[in-house]
Amino acid sequence: MNSLYYQKRLSRNIGDKFFTSLSVICALIAILPLIFLVTYILIKGGSQITPELFTLEPNPPGDDLDAGGINPALIGTLIITTIASIIAIPVGVGGGIYLAEYSKGGAFSRFIRFGVNVLAAVPSIIAGVFIYALIVSTKILFGSMYSGLAGGMALSILMLPTVIKTTDEGLKLVPNELRYASLGVGASMYTTILKVTLPSAFRSTATGIVLGIARAAGETAPLIFTALFSYYYITSFGDLFYEMGSLAVLIYNFALEPYDAQNKLAWAASFILVLSILSVNIFSRILAAFTEKTKRV
Amino acid sequence: MIKNNKKTPKNIILSLENVSISYGTFEAVRNVFCNFKKGNITSLIGPSGCGKSTVLRSLNRMNDLIPNCSLKGTVLFDGTNIYDKRVDPVEVRRRIGMVFQQPNPFPKSIYENIAFGARINGFTGDMDELVESSLRKAALWDECKDKLNDSGYSLSGGQQQRLCIARTIAIEPEIILMDEPCSALDPISTLKIEETMHELKKNYTIIIVTHNMQQALRVSDMTAFFNAIEYEDGDGGKVGYLAEFDSTNKIFNSPKEKTTQEYISGKFG
Repeated sequence: MNSLYYQKRLSRNIGDKFFTSLSVICALIAILPLIFLVTYILIKGGSQITPELFTLEPNPPGDDLDAGGINPALIGTLIITTIASIIAIPVGVGGGIYLAEYSKGGAFSRFIRFGVNVLAAVPSIIAGVFIYALIVSTKILFGSMYSGLAGGMALSILMLPTVIKTTDEGLKLVPNELRYASLGVGASMYTTILKVTLPSAFRSTATGIVLGIARAAGETAPLIFTALFSYYYITSFGDLFYEMGSLAVLIYNFALEPYDAQNKLAWAASFILVLSILSVNIFSRILAAFTEKTKRV
Repeated sequence: MIKNNKKTPKNIILSLENVSISYGTFEAVRNVFCNFKKGNITSLIGPSGCGKSTVLRSLNRMNDLIPNCSLKGTVLFDGTNIYDKRVDPVEVRRRIGMVFQQPNPFPKSIYENIAFGARINGFTGDMDELVESSLRKAALWDECKDKLNDSGYSLSGGQQQRLCIARTIAIEPEIILMDEPCSALDPISTLKIEETMHELKKNYTIIIVTHNMQQALRVSDMTAFFNAIEYEDGDGGKVGYLAEFDSTNKIFNSPKEKTTQEYISGKFG
């Protein structure tokens, strides 16, 4: 008779221990790049943070020791992401509403869902080249070529699938009883969606939008083809139609310079970019957690 | 407004003429003829799967929301076939309200739950007064007059259901449809809702689906017994039909049909 007590030396127990530790190790290795990346950038970039960083223009690469600040790039990223949001959020939410509320699962809606998934998988550089061909090279926007506006359009293409998908999923989670309740008191489909279903799905949709913004804000490739880069302060509305700097492109440009001052500026910009995307992601988690709580009421 | 083009007796508010309802190719209920009297409470009873809920939902076109659901025949309300192509289902639902099986208040305050329907129906009077009178009619006022701004979810199940009734009353419908309104409630809440229904009878016509035969006996003037049988031309599935329709008294005491008698006495169902 075998004893009922746990025996360490049994081959099945040794095997079990081995695989448990193996999977723990793999999980740790998987998280290592993130930890190293964040700490490295925090150390390298964090030491470069000065108040001037946020107010000055970057100096053109040369032999002067002071590289200046990242103000135009920071503002540029904000503006370009805002333009992308202005385009992608209404279109995305509208598309999501169509898929979840109006479509009856026919060929058209299946085609759209498939298309959205394909769009989500399109490499970001393709979005840049597409806007380059459509807007930049044709000078269709009042004769301007590279512009912040074109950059925003390129990023909106990347945001769109995330926004459509999360709106669609969020609305599908709203119980049908709630729709019936609204329609049962004589509300039209339009009132029902606007006043009942969409508010119920608001926070999950908002989470998706925030994640979409976070993704778009860090993109480089599409901006190289569309917004390019600028060293100068953004001062007026008209600047939208000219080359516009962004954190991502600033990093790309300055990290490759042979000058130490520019490299340091790139590290500082990386620090700001990582920190802001991290905080946007954390914000979306808080938003999602908040959703959970309100659902349980 | 579509002109009244068919004549129905004055005290008949709603009538089903040869109505058959299908989900896709599956026929749920066949050839129903039924007249609902104004100011009456009519209950629809019958075993599961006999199509009584389907019939109820067809009365204010809630079935439109279920994909593949189609209806043949005529549902006359106010002299108009509500399945006429020119009819706006939203308008139908404004005049024929519905209370559902599960209490489904909006995720809004108690006050807003009631104001919502009235507002979208273009109500311009005193909203506070409407909220109070609706809650009073639904016998909920005393319990929630001090917390009108609390969430509708903060109420108990029975209170939520009465809130849903109040919400329906607030849009001043002519008919209130109730789909097993007490099946998710305890006996005390059930009794309260039944009292509410007796009050509402003065102003509204009520049609209620119930699995509880005692409830049908307690609240209704008329009772329709639905049953399901296998038709020879069918694909083997059971199809619902209206077996017997009479005053509640007759249905429960001297039914004409044998199946009604058997169902009432609990031999099947």
